[in-house]
Amino acid sequence: MIDKTVPDTARAVAGIADGSTVLVGGFGRAGQPVELIDALIAQGARDLTIVSNNAGNGDVGLAALLAKGRVRKMICSFPRQHDSWVFDRLYRAGEVELELVPQGNLAERIRAAGAGIGAFYSPTGVGTQLAEGKETRTIDGRDYVLEHPIRADVALVSALAGDRWGNLVYRETARNFGPVMATAATTTVVQVDRIVPLGSLDPEAVATPGIFVDRVVAVGERRWLDAGAFVGGVDVDGNPLAATAADAPEGAHR
Amino acid sequence: MTTRISRDALAARIAADIPEGSYVNLGIGAPTLVANFLPADQEIILHTENGLLGMGPAPAADAVDPDLINAGKQAVTALEGAAYFHHADSFGMMRGGHLDVCVLGAFQVSQHGDLANWSTGAPGAIPAVGGAMDLAIGARSVYVMTDLLTRTGEPKIVAACTYPLTGVRCVTRVYTDHAVLDVTPDGLAVRETFGDTTVAWLAEVTGLTLLDATGTDASEVA
Repeated sequence: MIDKTVPDTARAVAGIADGSTVLVGGFGRAGQPVELIDALIAQGARDLTIVSNNAGNGDVGLAALLAKGRVRKMICSFPRQHDSWVFDRLYRAGEVELELVPQGNLAERIRAAGAGIGAFYSPTGVGTQLAEGKETRTIDGRDYVLEHPIRADVALVSALAGDRWGNLVYRETARNFGPVMATAATTTVVQVDRIVPLGSLDPEAVATPGIFVDRVVAVGERRWLDAGAFVGGVDVDGNPLAATAADAPEGAHR
Repeated sequence: MTTRISRDALAARIAADIPEGSYVNLGIGAPTLVANFLPADQEIILHTENGLLGMGPAPAADAVDPDLINAGKQAVTALEGAAYFHHADSFGMMRGGHLDVCVLGAFQVSQHGDLANWSTGAPGAIPAVGGAMDLAIGARSVYVMTDLLTRTGEPKIVAACTYPLTGVRCVTRVYTDHAVLDVTPDGLAVRETFGDTTVAWLAEVTGLTLLDATGTDASEVA
């Protein structure tokens, strides 16, 4: 019998070694595997290279991992945000390295790793600072820059539900990097709101087939959603949303 | 200084150029205002690069869903007929030429259609690019929405960008608060002026040679 479920987040992140490259899902807070990151902080791995679209929001999740000094290098597309004060401080102090990658190239480099592609030519970034030092080539009259895959030791992904084979469904725009990152790591660890019985996910709706997944842990309803701690975003009037649960109105979602 | 139109008026002007059936990305910031002026009786599908086609307006404050956001990480809604997808597919929609229009902000646009909108290159600034470079080279029509002049009066339409480039020769048309200009193989062509703005005045403040295409049909030049 195949059973990829693990009973708690500590066991989900067990064995992540110092110096690992870790893919961390999410776009802002949507899809960020906050509970797995909390477990990684407790687990203690350091000298990490983190690959994620953003470099943390507020003081929780990826920002908390950065604040603990566990991250040697960030590979991301959009580190600077109104609430990225943890990364900003570390970067200005020279305590974290940054590799800036255009968002689509970031996604495709991860996808390429998972798909066994050696490298690929992308039109994105041609003629810009972010292509400096990279091989370029003209194909059918269009210029391209050679981009290499980003392979990782570990992927930390958040999904809505999964079964014991590791099949996953996502929720809304929280899907973002999850299906791509799940393919590109030696060990893919997924947190889900709930684990469901085998056979209860519609095979037509499975976005990540279980072959890509190694461990699944249920974290329950994500309380930081209920608490309205929707950091990294702004409300309908454009004001930054509450950075802590205590500041947020109750029942602000769903 | 000649006539300037408001940001809302400019957004409405851009919206008027987007035909029904278009797949459109409005980036972040001011270009998102364009959505407010798309005609309600037409089907124009908004793409947000974090993984949604069929993006709708902001929800009521008590219906905010943290899993449903746009590229600016603002709460949004999903319309009937919406579809979710992962990031590699989302950027494939741009790179693969499937997106009809994107509207981007700018620090500078060159007379050849080079775009600079992601970094001022200031020392100590933390760089962040997001999807700007992918959008700039990805959509079939790349529209720029910008003020003609900076707050200190420097033209943002220039002979050559001095800020770090987002994309090379990628801009189709520039909508400014004074005029609309097309990027053509022969240089910038003034398509439309607002109020008492003249082509001669635009040429003077930008220091560029501009073609006068006012009075011609947009489809002839674009």
